Amino acid sequence: MLSAEAIAQIDRELTKYPPEHRQSAVISALRIVQAEQGWLSQENITDVAEYLGIPPIRALEVATFYNMFELKPVGKYKITVCTNISCMLRDCASIVQHLEKRLGITFGETTPDGKFTLREGECMGCCGGAPLFHINNTDMYEFLTPEKVDEILEGLK
Amino acid sequence: MNEVCFRTRHLPNPASLETYRSIGGYETLKRLVTEKVPAAEIINQVKLSGLRGRGGAGFPTGLKWSFMPRYYDGPKYVICNTDEGEPGTFKDRDIIRYNPHQVIEGMAIAAYAMGARVGYNYIHGEIWAEYLAFERALDEARAAGFLGEHLFGTDFSFDIYAHHGYGAYICGEETALIESIEGKKGQPRFKPPFPASYGLYGRPTNVNNTESYASIPYILQYGGQAFQDLGVPGSGGTKIFSVSGHVEKPGNYEIGMGTPFPKLLELAGGVWKGRKLKAVIPGGSSTAVVPGEIMMQCTMDYDSIAKVGGSSLGAGSVIVMDETTDMVQVLNRLSYFYYEESCGQCTPCREGTGWLWRVVRRIAQGKGRPEDLDLLLDVSNNISGRTICALGDAAATPVISFIKHFRPEFEYYIQHGRSMVTG
Repeated sequence: MLSAEAIAQIDRELTKYPPEHRQSAVISALRIVQAEQGWLSQENITDVAEYLGIPPIRALEVATFYNMFELKPVGKYKITVCTNISCMLRDCASIVQHLEKRLGITFGETTPDGKFTLREGECMGCCGGAPLFHINNTDMYEFLTPEKVDEILEGLK
Repeated sequence: MNEVCFRTRHLPNPASLETYRSIGGYETLKRLVTEKVPAAEIINQVKLSGLRGRGGAGFPTGLKWSFMPRYYDGPKYVICNTDEGEPGTFKDRDIIRYNPHQVIEGMAIAAYAMGARVGYNYIHGEIWAEYLAFERALDEARAAGFLGEHLFGTDFSFDIYAHHGYGAYICGEETALIESIEGKKGQPRFKPPFPASYGLYGRPTNVNNTESYASIPYILQYGGQAFQDLGVPGSGGTKIFSVSGHVEKPGNYEIGMGTPFPKLLELAGGVWKGRKLKAVIPGGSSTAVVPGEIMMQCTMDYDSIAKVGGSSLGAGSVIVMDETTDMVQVLNRLSYFYYEESCGQCTPCREGTGWLWRVVRRIAQGKGRPEDLDLLLDVSNNISGRTICALGDAAATPVISFIKHFRPEFEYYIQHGRSMVTG
């Protein structure tokens, strides 16, 4: 079941497209549900498909294609670190090492308390601010140093 | 510097409607629409400006506009491509951050010239704050009467919607982007038909990059010739160069086309830590790497980067590498990127990008074989030109150019199992 809040947000997205093309809102709808639930279950994906009036496979293939979707549970804070070349040249490795040491996990893992998940990301189109990561797909942090990473993590409750 | 797309950047609240209006924002749109300036005249100015697609392909924008059918019974669309995810590229994000209204006005002028009533701006998944900011700018423009029904009391109606991506490099390819707006996997379409005849929802559609649209109000305000004169023949106007990597001041620099590379490097504070320049990728990760000494002889325009540098200007995404850079490790990371981002549709790309990455990786891990470099070139040549879209070529180009210019580094890895540069 989609929540009333999710439906209201999805309805707003639907106003952007011709009424006969409800499928156009599928990425946004999945994003809205993921933001609410933390990740997308098969049930969530089916619910979105039903709401948009498309076959569930159409929503599932979108959820599996775009790499900011999570199809398994993740921590409360998902930290996605860009390691592509502009970040690599600005020593993102030291940021990754610092995160791994501090959190005791590596890419693809979640801390036992369910608070943090670490992900390796692809280019985020913000290379001037390298090294950088974003949290929960929304909050971008640039010009990172190990000290700055500590500050950011301490601010996350 | 910052004469066209970033022309509000030095002002307080550069992104606000008020600031944009203070430099004459939306006056050009109003004049064109209320004076009913013929579409052909607008397209001619864009042709005269020498503007070429700023997303990387460099196709003449005015010519692209002229492909849209003038008479068509049904909706037509204009789409802005802000799906910026090519490693090294980060200019469109700053245009949205600092001057979103110029993109909106540019799209509205394009819509007027091509007869579209609806536009979409496809914004890269990872830049959420910019997506929200663009939505706010759209609200401001609607409230002020620059978007909506019967603009300026005429029969011209136009609105724009922001569409948020969710992490797929391939959606920067215009037909993959269209598929994505339709709510599908971002897999490029076979061409022809091109979007101008069969685009979004099967309707005539024009897709341009953010920087291209942002250049339009300037071109129509001051004339195509004035824009052309900011650059050099063959490369009209200014260009935003995104400089990243080993420089003191990474960032975006909007300068005239034809500016010498050493001048751009100087603007970016020079190579960091007083080190020497080793190599530059001049146009984003899909363009061929250029050795530093050759790059220092280039000017920043399409012709020079192609003829002198043997590469391409791409999206103007300049990745600078200093003398300590291990080129094998850089290629290893780049090859992984293309493997990860291949949409899986065409066999040469789907299989070839994984093959390239696995071979480069084993060299980078010190397990390379003597025949590996020939194998890499063979696989690359069998991807190039054999796929629906340019991602296959984009994966092959770095491999071919890195081996061409830095072959001894690869051979050293294969022979000694370690880096010639970092030991």
